[in-house]
Amino acid sequence: MLGIQLSELLGEVPPGVEEALDLVAGLDDALVHGLGRLGEERATAFAALAGAMAGTPLGDRLGEAVEKIANGSVADEYLTALAGGRTALFGAVHDALLDRLDSALGRTRAEWAGLSAPASAPDNLLAGSRSWLRELAITGWRGVDHDLVSASSQTVEALLAEPGLRGLAVLLDGFAAELRASSPIATMDVPPARRWADLWARAVLLSHPEGRTGVQEAAGVTGRLLILGVDVHEHGTAVQVQVHGLLEVSGESRPRLVRTSVAAAKVDTIVGTAVWGLLAGYPVLMGALAERRSLQVADMPLTAGGDLVWQEERARPGEAADPFAVARVQLAGALAPAVPPLDRHPVRIAEPVLVEGFTAFVEQDGSVEFRLNDTSIPVAVDRLPACGPLTPELVAAASAVLGLMRWDAGRWSLQPFAVQTTVKRKPAEAHTGDWAMGPTDPKVVKAEAKAGDAVAVLRERAGRLLRR
Amino acid sequence: MNADRTAWDRRSVVPVIPPIQRRKLAKVPFVELADGRLQGVVSSGSDIARVYVSSIAAKTHGFNCSTNNNRPCGGLGSRPCKHLVALATEAVLQYGFERVARYLGVEAGDGDSTGGDLIRVLKGGPESIPAATVFSRFLRHLAYLEVPATTEPIADLQWFPATGAVR
Ligand SMILES: [Zn+2]
Repeated sequence: MLGIQLSELLGEVPPGVEEALDLVAGLDDALVHGLGRLGEERATAFAALAGAMAGTPLGDRLGEAVEKIANGSVADEYLTALAGGRTALFGAVHDALLDRLDSALGRTRAEWAGLSAPASAPDNLLAGSRSWLRELAITGWRGVDHDLVSASSQTVEALLAEPGLRGLAVLLDGFAAELRASSPIATMDVPPARRWADLWARAVLLSHPEGRTGVQEAAGVTGRLLILGVDVHEHGTAVQVQVHGLLEVSGESRPRLVRTSVAAAKVDTIVGTAVWGLLAGYPVLMGALAERRSLQVADMPLTAGGDLVWQEERARPGEAADPFAVARVQLAGALAPAVPPLDRHPVRIAEPVLVEGFTAFVEQDGSVEFRLNDTSIPVAVDRLPACGPLTPELVAAASAVLGLMRWDAGRWSLQPFAVQTTVKRKPAEAHTGDWAMGPTDPKVVKAEAKAGDAVAVLRERAGRLLRR
Repeated sequence: MNADRTAWDRRSVVPVIPPIQRRKLAKVPFVELADGRLQGVVSSGSDIARVYVSSIAAKTHGFNCSTNNNRPCGGLGSRPCKHLVALATEAVLQYGFERVARYLGVEAGDGDSTGGDLIRVLKGGPESIPAATVFSRFLRHLAYLEVPATTEPIADLQWFPATGAVR
């Protein structure tokens, strides 16, 4: 990314974004205090959301929902309308931001061509989730107690056993853990209103019988996958490794930007480099990350949203491929995928970029920013995962960075996943996926040996205690 | 640039749960601050098939220890047994002294920093705490390791970035 591209991106906020976010704030605030006791002031802010969307396809249902809820009738269909309206606003914000980013980067994006056929799921499981989410909405974050948090456990357990509902299970579990850790929320300083309303609204839509789409529309592709880097997602009971790369599909002249992911269930005491141990069943993909290799894939499913649904048996390791060289030569001309309709939310914006020619500044509070010409971009050093070798120090000393452009609350940032840097006056590289097959830094290897193998200990305990 | 750093309640991605520290799990495989208690499971030193369920209530500081089969711990008297000391010690490693002390409502002295210090200042006595509830939470905890990995993308995890690179 060049300085001129960055200044175009940061130049001005796309029209409508701030207004949309202000409307959402009224609903977010209502959820803090509970829809069961909307005061007059909150009911007004709340009604503004419906008013602003009156002319849209959701307008009528949203208007009715707001009126009913204000009168104390909090039924699932009204909550779905509410979550739908909020999600549509974020969808519009997402689109405006991604458009701005694409045009600044000169990136071409495919049109959405996926089907939106709903995936089926046992409705009793979804009903359990809906009823918990309804209780939460009525009570509000401030009113959440241990009993209400614990009431989600059975639902989550049942959802985890249903492969098609993994996303909802992981979402509810992460959400409930935050509510639990924040208890008593009644006396919490400031609840994370935007975040919890995001999680709630997403869960409400995913719990609707027609709220999910399957990946069945994926088509098989054959070609070469060149890895750019890896983004890691994690909460207490889940970890996901999401690889960003360029896929050269046989017969196509321009590479496609794709993501490929592996997720595992875990527990909170499996942290840092130990998470790679949960992904040992994927030696081809993890090996390619650790050795910085390309991969040959044959007839691997690729969704319309650009997700390569990884299958080890359809992949084999290729030759070494330096992600920086790949990005310098091919990233600018790559075709970006369309975003699945339900996933249109600013948090999903994660566009790979190569940034060089900057000056790094480290603030007193440890935050880092890169200055290119006369424009500065904050660097999300708080998003460097403990499972990889990247540190804020390495990033601050970097001469080139590969990473993802992110946006949250009015602000763009750069989340690094690889750096070319200087260590002891020698050029060095570090990538988040370097330790995918185990740490290579002697200091970290030693620390890992000292901590012992958490996964093995817990599996032994599970083997002895679970089936009795 | 701090001026434009947006408020915590207007951001989609904020760290809500403080990170926990890695620790050896062999002796105390499970520790949690939940349901108003510091509770967990301590492996028996002599019988690999036996575990002790130990817990300390916040505020009242009532404590209990028994086997997973609900037999009272032989070491438990009017003061906490060695399993409760182990539980507190590992909790301090996992969450940090401050967080455990705050959760339990312990008034710690200036030099206090260990699980033993926590145990020493508890003001409660033995109290009936349902071991079965804690043990079933431990079994549920273990059951996560039996959930198969998946390669279907989980877009929901975009809200949960991995963090914590400090070395
Ligand atoms: Zn005991």
